[in-house]
Amino acid sequence: MSQRTAKKKPKAELLFNSPDWDFGTIDRIYQAVEAIGIGEMGLDIYKNQIEVITSEQMLDAYSSVGMPLFYKHWSFGKQFATSEALYRKGWQGLAYEIVINSDPCIVYIMEENTAMMQTLVIAHAGFGHNHFFKNNYVFRQWTDAEGILDYLDFAKSFIAKCEERYGEAEVERVIDAAHALQSHGVHRFPRKRAPDLRTEQKREQERRAHGEALFNDLWRTVPTKKRRGAKDKLEQERRRALLGLPEENVLYFLEKTAPRLQPWQREVLRIVRLIAQYFYPQRQTKMMNEGCATYTHHRIMQRLYEQGRIDDRAFLEFLHSHTNVVMQPAFNDRRFSGINPYALGFAMMQDIERVCLEPTDEDRLWLPAIAGSRDPYEVLKDVWANYRDESFVSQFLTPHLMRKMGFFHVVDDEDEDELRVAAIHDERGYRNVRRALSRHYDVARREPDIQIVDVDLVGDRQLILHHRVLDGVMLEAEEAGKVLQHLADLWGYDVVLREVEGEGDEPVEEHVVSPQHPFG
Amino acid sequence: MHVIDRRLNPKGKSLANRQRFVRRARAQVRRAVRDISKDRSIKDFDKGGEVTIPAGGVHEPTLRRSASGGVRDYLLPGNKDYIEGDTIARPPSGDGASGPSDSGDGEDGFRFALSDDEFLDLFLEDLELPDMAKREVTGEAVTEMRRAGYRTTGSPASISIPRTMRLSMSRRIALKRPRPEEIAALKEEIAALEADSGEGERLESLRAQLDRLQRRAKVIPYLDPLDVRYRRFEAVPKPVAQAVMFCLMDVSGSMDEHMKDLAKRFYALLYLFLKRRYERVEVVFIRHTHQAEEVDEQTFFYSRETGGTVVSTALEEMARVVTARFPLNSWNIYAAQASDGDNSPSDNTKTAALLNDVILPMCQYYAYLEVGADEDDLPIGAPSGRPSSLWRTYEAMVASKSPIAMRKVRHRREIFPVFRDLFQRRQSAEAS
Repeated sequence: MSQRTAKKKPKAELLFNSPDWDFGTIDRIYQAVEAIGIGEMGLDIYKNQIEVITSEQMLDAYSSVGMPLFYKHWSFGKQFATSEALYRKGWQGLAYEIVINSDPCIVYIMEENTAMMQTLVIAHAGFGHNHFFKNNYVFRQWTDAEGILDYLDFAKSFIAKCEERYGEAEVERVIDAAHALQSHGVHRFPRKRAPDLRTEQKREQERRAHGEALFNDLWRTVPTKKRRGAKDKLEQERRRALLGLPEENVLYFLEKTAPRLQPWQREVLRIVRLIAQYFYPQRQTKMMNEGCATYTHHRIMQRLYEQGRIDDRAFLEFLHSHTNVVMQPAFNDRRFSGINPYALGFAMMQDIERVCLEPTDEDRLWLPAIAGSRDPYEVLKDVWANYRDESFVSQFLTPHLMRKMGFFHVVDDEDEDELRVAAIHDERGYRNVRRALSRHYDVARREPDIQIVDVDLVGDRQLILHHRVLDGVMLEAEEAGKVLQHLADLWGYDVVLREVEGEGDEPVEEHVVSPQHPFG
Repeated sequence: MHVIDRRLNPKGKSLANRQRFVRRARAQVRRAVRDISKDRSIKDFDKGGEVTIPAGGVHEPTLRRSASGGVRDYLLPGNKDYIEGDTIARPPSGDGASGPSDSGDGEDGFRFALSDDEFLDLFLEDLELPDMAKREVTGEAVTEMRRAGYRTTGSPASISIPRTMRLSMSRRIALKRPRPEEIAALKEEIAALEADSGEGERLESLRAQLDRLQRRAKVIPYLDPLDVRYRRFEAVPKPVAQAVMFCLMDVSGSMDEHMKDLAKRFYALLYLFLKRRYERVEVVFIRHTHQAEEVDEQTFFYSRETGGTVVSTALEEMARVVTARFPLNSWNIYAAQASDGDNSPSDNTKTAALLNDVILPMCQYYAYLEVGADEDDLPIGAPSGRPSSLWRTYEAMVASKSPIAMRKVRHRREIFPVFRDLFQRRQSAEAS
C-alpha cells in the first residue's frame, strides 16, 4: 500500500535482525507494537501477560481448552492423545499462540517461533484478541475476565476434593453426564434480575393505579363462561411458573431442581455449566474475533515495516504466514473445509476500511451510515464492540465482498433429487446470500433448540423436554439416546424428549429413557 | 506488560488426564496392545507405539442436529459457473464437496500413541512374578537423600524458613527488641503532644525513650545471620532388589534356527518382564552340548556347536556361577531353559537330582521351554506324541510343587500366550 513512503522516512532502528530472540527483543517488540496499537489505532486492552512456553506445554494447554488450569477428566486426556498423535506425525502443526480472556490477558507464545512470529503473535493476540475481549458486548455481558482464573482454581480444587471424598469413579460419572449436557448448559439471554423491594413496591403502586383508572363496576355483572379444564390448565401454569419453566438451560434446571442429587453433585454441575457459559461468547464471535485480531496484526506489521522497524526479510516472512492464514479455498477445492473465519473476518474488516475511505455508489446505498466516514478505526471499534458474527454479517457484508469471495447459496432439500442454487452473488441474490451467511453464524440455529417444558411433580416425576425441529432436521438419535441416559441418571426418574414441529406441539418423534444408575 | 518464562515449569501437566483416559479405555487398549504385540519383533518389543481403539468406550455424546435429512442451507465461497436456479447432483452421502460439516467427527477408530512405559505396563499388566523379591543393600552406591535435621551452612535453596524465623523470633524476644507497633505508638503520642502543647517534660522523656527504642531496634536486627538454618540431607544407602536371569540353551545340532529363534523370543520377554520388576537385572548365558560354558549373547544365539546333549553340565555350570558371583541372600535367581527335549539317557537321573537338590532350592523360578519344529501345528501346550525324555524327567518335579513350570512351543505366535500363561497371576496352585 505505502511501501514507497517507508524509504523517505529516517531509518529507524530495527527491532531484530535475525530470527533469534531473547527477552530484550520481546520487550522492544512489545513497546513498538504498543506504540502503534494504542498510540495510532487507539485500542483499549487489558494488561498483557506474555508467557513463553514449549511445544510440549502447548500440547498440554490444548487439552484443557487453552486454560492454564483446569479440573482433571479423562476427556482432556483423550484430547491430548489425539492432538499429540497428530502433531507427532506431522499432520497438524501447533498454533503459534493461545490467548486467554482474562484480566490480565494471558498470551502464550511458543519458544520455537521466530522473532517475526513473536511480533505477529503479540500484535494478533496481545492487541487484537485482547481488545475484542475487553470491548465486545457479548464478552462484557457474559464473562468475568477478572474472576475466571480464580474460579478455575476453585473448580479444580473443589473437584479434587470431591474425588478424595467420594472416589474418582463417582465424580467422573457426574462430570461425564454434565459434559454431555454442556452445550445445553448456557443462558442464551440475560436473565431477569430479581427486582428489589423498592422497585417491586413501585410496580405494585403503578399496577394499582392502572387498575383504579380502568375500574368499571359494570364488568362485574357480565356473565362469564365456565370452561372445563381451565383449572387443570391453571394448575399447569402455576407449576411451570414455580419451576421457572420452560427452561432451556438444562444443567441449570438440574442443579436447582433435580430431586435426588447431593449438594456436591449440584456444585459439579454448576462448575461445568459456568465454564460452558464462559466459552459461549467465543462461539458466537469466532469469525469477528479472528477478523479483529488478523486485521490488527496486519495493520501493525505494515506500520512497523513502514517505520523501518522490521526489514524486508521479516516482512516477507510475515506476508507468507499471513496469506496462509487468510487463505480461503473454493468450495470445490480439496482443502475446503468450510468458511475460514480468519479469511472472512479479515476480508470484512478490510472491506469496512475500504467503504470508509473509498466508497463506491453501491456502498453508499448499502452502508449509508459509514460510507465515506474517513475514520475506519472508529467505525471498526464500534463494530467490534457492538456486534457478534451473525449480526455483523447481516449488517456489514457488502455486495463487493460477496462478489470477491464468490459466495453462493445452495439449498439441500431432502424431498428433492438435486441440490438447488438458491442465490448467487448478483443483484437479485445479495440479500439472500447475506441472510444465509448470517444464519450460518447464528449459534441458536446451529444447535438444536431443546427446552424443559414440564415435570410431573405429583405423579411419576417424569421430566418432559421438547426439541423444536427446525427445517425438518431431527436429532442424531443414537447420540440423543446416550445424552438422555445421562440426563435421566441426573434427574433420577424417567425423561422424555419430544421432537415437535410446526405451530402445535405435535410430537414427530419421542425418546423415552429411564435412569439406569441414578445419582444421589 | 510482563513476560514470564514458563518453559521450565514442570512438564506433563496433562499426565493425570492422560492416565485417566488410558484407564478408562483400559480394556480396549489392552486388547489393542495384545493384538499388535503378536506381530512385533523382539528388538522393538518394548517400544511404545500407536494403537487404535474403537471409539465407543471413549465417545462423548452431545445433543446435536442430525447430519442428514430436512432442508439444509449451505453457503459456499468460490462460485465461478453457477447461476441462480441451477441444480447440482447430490453428492454421495457423507460430506462431499458441499456442506460445511461441523459434525464430521464420526470416525470409528480412535488412534493415539502409547509411550514405551504405558505399552509394557499394559502388556504385562496382569502378570506376576512367582516369588517374592529379596531386597538387599548392594555394594554399589545406590543412595537416596533423606532429611536429617538442620545445619548452619548450606545453599540458599535449602534454607529452612520456619526454623530460621523461629530462631529469629526467640532471639528478638530474649533481647527485648522493641516491636514496630511500640515505636509507632510512641511516635503517635509524641506527635499528639507536639500538636497539643509544643514543649514539656513528658515530651522530652518520650523523645528520649523513642530514641532509645530506635537505637535498640537498629542494633538488634530482625533477622540475624545467626538465625539462619539450612535443611540437612544425608545419603542413605537404598536397598535394591536385583535379579539374575540364567538363560540355558541346548545348542547341539538338533536345535535348528527356528527353535533358537523361539527360545530367543522367550528370553527377551522374560528379560523385559524382570526389568519391570527389579531395579537391576543381570543376564547370564549358558550354552551346552555335552559340556557347558558361559558365553556372551552373540555367541549364545549365533555360534554353532556340535556334540552330544548332556543337560546336567549346564546345571552344574549354573550352580558354579551362582556360587561364584551371585550370593543367594542378595540375588533373586531366575532360570529359563530352552531345549528340544533331547538328553542323553544316562544323564536323566543326574539332571533330575541336580535340579531337585541344587538348582530349584536356589531359584525363584525355573521355566523350561520345550521348542519344537514348526511343521506340526498343534494347539498350545498340548503334548505331541511321545513326551521327550527331558519332559518326562521334569514332569516329576512339577508335580512336587517346586518353583518350576514347563511349556511347549512350536510357533512364534505361541510365544506370547505361553509366556502369559506361565506368569499369569493365579491364586490356585500351578497347573500342568
